[in-house]
Amino acid sequence: MAETALINNVEPPARPAGWRGIAADWSSDQRAFKNVSWGKAMMWIFLLSDTFIFSCFLLSYMTTRMSTTVPWPNPSEVFALTIGGQQIPLILIAIMTFILISSSGTMAMAVNFGYRRDRAKTAALMLATAAFGATFVGMQAFEWTKLIMEGVRPWGNPWGATQFGSSFFMITGFHGTHVTIGVIFLIAIARKVWRGDFDVERRGFFTSRKGHYEIVEITGLYWHFVDLVWVFIFALFYLW
Amino acid sequence: MTNVAVHLEAQQHSLQAHVHDALAPGTTHTQGQQHPIKLYLVVWGWLFVLSTCSYLVDYFGLHGHLRWSLILLFMMLKAGLIVAVFMHMAWERLALAYAILLPPALVLVFVAIMVFESDYTHLLRVMFFAQTA
Repeated sequence: MAETALINNVEPPARPAGWRGIAADWSSDQRAFKNVSWGKAMMWIFLLSDTFIFSCFLLSYMTTRMSTTVPWPNPSEVFALTIGGQQIPLILIAIMTFILISSSGTMAMAVNFGYRRDRAKTAALMLATAAFGATFVGMQAFEWTKLIMEGVRPWGNPWGATQFGSSFFMITGFHGTHVTIGVIFLIAIARKVWRGDFDVERRGFFTSRKGHYEIVEITGLYWHFVDLVWVFIFALFYLW
Repeated sequence: MTNVAVHLEAQQHSLQAHVHDALAPGTTHTQGQQHPIKLYLVVWGWLFVLSTCSYLVDYFGLHGHLRWSLILLFMMLKAGLIVAVFMHMAWERLALAYAILLPPALVLVFVAIMVFESDYTHLLRVMFFAQTA
């Protein structure tokens, strides 16, 4: 027994991998997520709950679209733009998709430079991400304006099933809100990075705790999730 | 009493040996995620390619099962790349990965239920509320 105690005092043994690792982590004392900080774990759990919210929106959209006897408006035509006298289907949505993917790319690199403690590059990439996000919201506002001018309302539209409007405003509106909150989140954290809060371990105004560069990764998790939700909306609402 | 102690000690040793054998690559990330920038650029490029592909499905006006299967394929590939690489899930311990990724998979059960439900609603609407010309 004495030897057992001695072994435990030397250094924590490496955790097993695979299925055995899952059993070991979940049945262990105190915490199930061994090498993940509470901040990161809580962001993941929040994103899981957000997944369910968006799942419910997309499910209700699926249910109304499958059960209506009135033809569903063709998104390819509804979201087409006339550029230079030519009608290009879905072009605005395609551009918005590329903008959001680009913002995810800059965010991933910001996380990388954050862990290298490169203040300037991290802040610059985060602000670039925020700029892409703001552009996306701007284009969404344009899209909403165009559709509302054409007579789309939550209770009806000129082309077909009345539920088209309510599904559209609910799903894209909630996603746009997430992007907007993400832009604010990014700017707030970019300011802290730029000021060097995580190098001098300045205490937070609200929490009085020392921040770490890990917050850049946690912000990134939220931002990539917003991009992830758009992947599903793009496929299931605009392309289907 | 001594027998029990010896037995416990033996167990402890075998567990330790096993632990060192089974140490997987990627479990040593305790200082935060650090990967080469090139990896992110490659994934970025692939996301552009996949998005272009799914846009082309609409541009060329593909229809029916081909359209739906291609849309779902590109969607899942893009989602997988974002979660695995950009969100670093590929390098997290399985205890976290399964806790986060399994519950959304259960949404598929909900999808199945609602497919039956909406088919039934559609049938009722066609049978009892169809407009007679």
